[in-house]
Amino acid sequence: MATPPRAERGLHRLLGSLAVLAGSLVVGVVAFLLLESLDALRAVGVPRFLSDEGWSPAGGPEGRFNLVPMLTGTAALTLGALLLATPAAVGAALFCRFYAPPRLAHGLRSILEVLAGVPSVVYGFWGLVTLVPLIQRLRPPGQSLLAGCLILGLMVLPTIALVSESALRSLPRPWLDGGAALGLDRWAVVRGIALPAALPGIVTGVLLATVRALGETMAVLMVCGNVVQVPASLFDPIRSLTANIALEMAYAGEHHRSALFVSGLLLMLAVGALIVLVDRLEPVRQHHV
Amino acid sequence: MRKYSVSQRPFLHVLRSLARLVTVASLAWLVLACGEADHPTKGRALEGKLVLTGSSTVAPLAAEIARRFEERHPQARIDVQTGGSSRGIADARSGVADIGMASRSLKEEESDLRAITIAQDGITLVVHADNPVAALDDRQVVAIYTGEIDDWAALGGEPGTITVVNKAAGRATLEVFLEHFALDAGSVEADVIIGDNQQGIKTVVGNPGAIAYLSIGAADYEARQGAPIKLLDAGSMAPTPENVASGRFPMTRPLNFVVREAATGELSTGTGGDDSLSDLARAFLDFASSSEVHDLIAAQFFVPAAPSEHHVPAGTVETSHPDGEPSNGDAPQS
Repeated sequence: MATPPRAERGLHRLLGSLAVLAGSLVVGVVAFLLLESLDALRAVGVPRFLSDEGWSPAGGPEGRFNLVPMLTGTAALTLGALLLATPAAVGAALFCRFYAPPRLAHGLRSILEVLAGVPSVVYGFWGLVTLVPLIQRLRPPGQSLLAGCLILGLMVLPTIALVSESALRSLPRPWLDGGAALGLDRWAVVRGIALPAALPGIVTGVLLATVRALGETMAVLMVCGNVVQVPASLFDPIRSLTANIALEMAYAGEHHRSALFVSGLLLMLAVGALIVLVDRLEPVRQHHV
Repeated sequence: MRKYSVSQRPFLHVLRSLARLVTVASLAWLVLACGEADHPTKGRALEGKLVLTGSSTVAPLAAEIARRFEERHPQARIDVQTGGSSRGIADARSGVADIGMASRSLKEEESDLRAITIAQDGITLVVHADNPVAALDDRQVVAIYTGEIDDWAALGGEPGTITVVNKAAGRATLEVFLEHFALDAGSVEADVIIGDNQQGIKTVVGNPGAIAYLSIGAADYEARQGAPIKLLDAGSMAPTPENVASGRFPMTRPLNFVVREAATGELSTGTGGDDSLSDLARAFLDFASSSEVHDLIAAQFFVPAAPSEHHVPAGTVETSHPDGEPSNGDAPQS
């Protein structure tokens, strides 16, 4: 780091302090989660979180704390949402950047920005009132894994689309022109040059979407049914870890409360692991002149 | 002159910046906090803030009562939040809330709390308006909820899967339902688990094959607003406020405001240093128990509690009543 000029020292210190503050907040949250989880980790023990008979903290002599159904629920929801949203979002981004006339592209981008800002409880409300009855006609009860995946997919689609579109727009012009100069048609340029080059940006968008999907609570609470079970089909109701925390945290007693913190810690670790993974996978950018 | 170089003393540099930031932040916080000095509730104007949390059945009624109370006392602010009866009880005990709301009577292990009953409510089974089934007996309800019967055709309705709607754990409505039908929480096979009454209503409205159990007040209100739901008779009793008032309706429960009872027997809100109930809280509880809110209770299709059921604490601050009853000269009319 070069020595900052005297005029910038104040700014340097301020920015540095803010960065440290942000970092310490994250560390603080993880530490808090760990502290609160210790009680359950010791009293209940990790094996029981995987092998107890269902989730029923008040049931049985020592309570039942199996997290596996809800872990499966969260994982299935996130995976389903990403599978639905990613192709559509990347397609929308490609369309915006390479195929749409400028005005249409601008309009589409604006719509995506508005969609990205809609509060999640509004999505949940719409899902409960409109989407769930539609699914119910296919197969009762309507509140299901499918409803959750659709709603979550809708919520994360703008994120992926906007970040991907931004990555595509920041590609160096000469790369695309060079492709055209070599006689490649538009799709070949997109497939062979633009997509591979923009991949780190697209992956960032998918990562942001994953983190949002993992943490989504209200919408999932309203449309997924909240039944603690491992889903056997798309139409089965499920409960996510986040919905469980929202339903039970307010009144949970000691071990129960601590067990909920364990599920929160799991979510936090999952997010952390994802970020580390993507960091490792990201190819080192090599700019050839 | 000391050589300034970040790379030479990065740790100290960062530490010093952080210390400065913390100092500035603390000073700012102190200044702001001092600006909001607590006004002790004096005799004249009732002011301050009350927080009520708990049952989603009681919450709409509490919000209406709070609104009318705030009209009388513009300096008061009353905040009503839901979260379930168990939350209300836990919050009243810990002091997170000034008053907890619970839609059931207190249990033995909750003897450190005192309940003030403001209304009676019943629980009714609710199906979609298009469902031809008009009544179910206890045996059938148990069979539906344990998964023995899963098609409406077995009950005389149109063939279709029964969607069983159950309340989440921690809700008093669930506990009263289970107790009445002698069911164990683990034996209920639910298709959908809901939090508050409104979620239940929306689920039934969107699903012709659904059956749920809800507060009579909430269900009756929504049905009259035009929601396509139908309240089922319990045995031969129709789920009306009149039948609840007569005491003959099978599944009834009190709607309670819950406060902590300190060892001395004086009620306490649990907040602040002294253990006695704040004037604002006492006034609000008194107001909620009075006949002035009976129209609000009736409007929500609950039944006002009989005066003998109130456990109004001694030393209540009396507010002046519009019909000219004597007051202690405390709260002004506004």
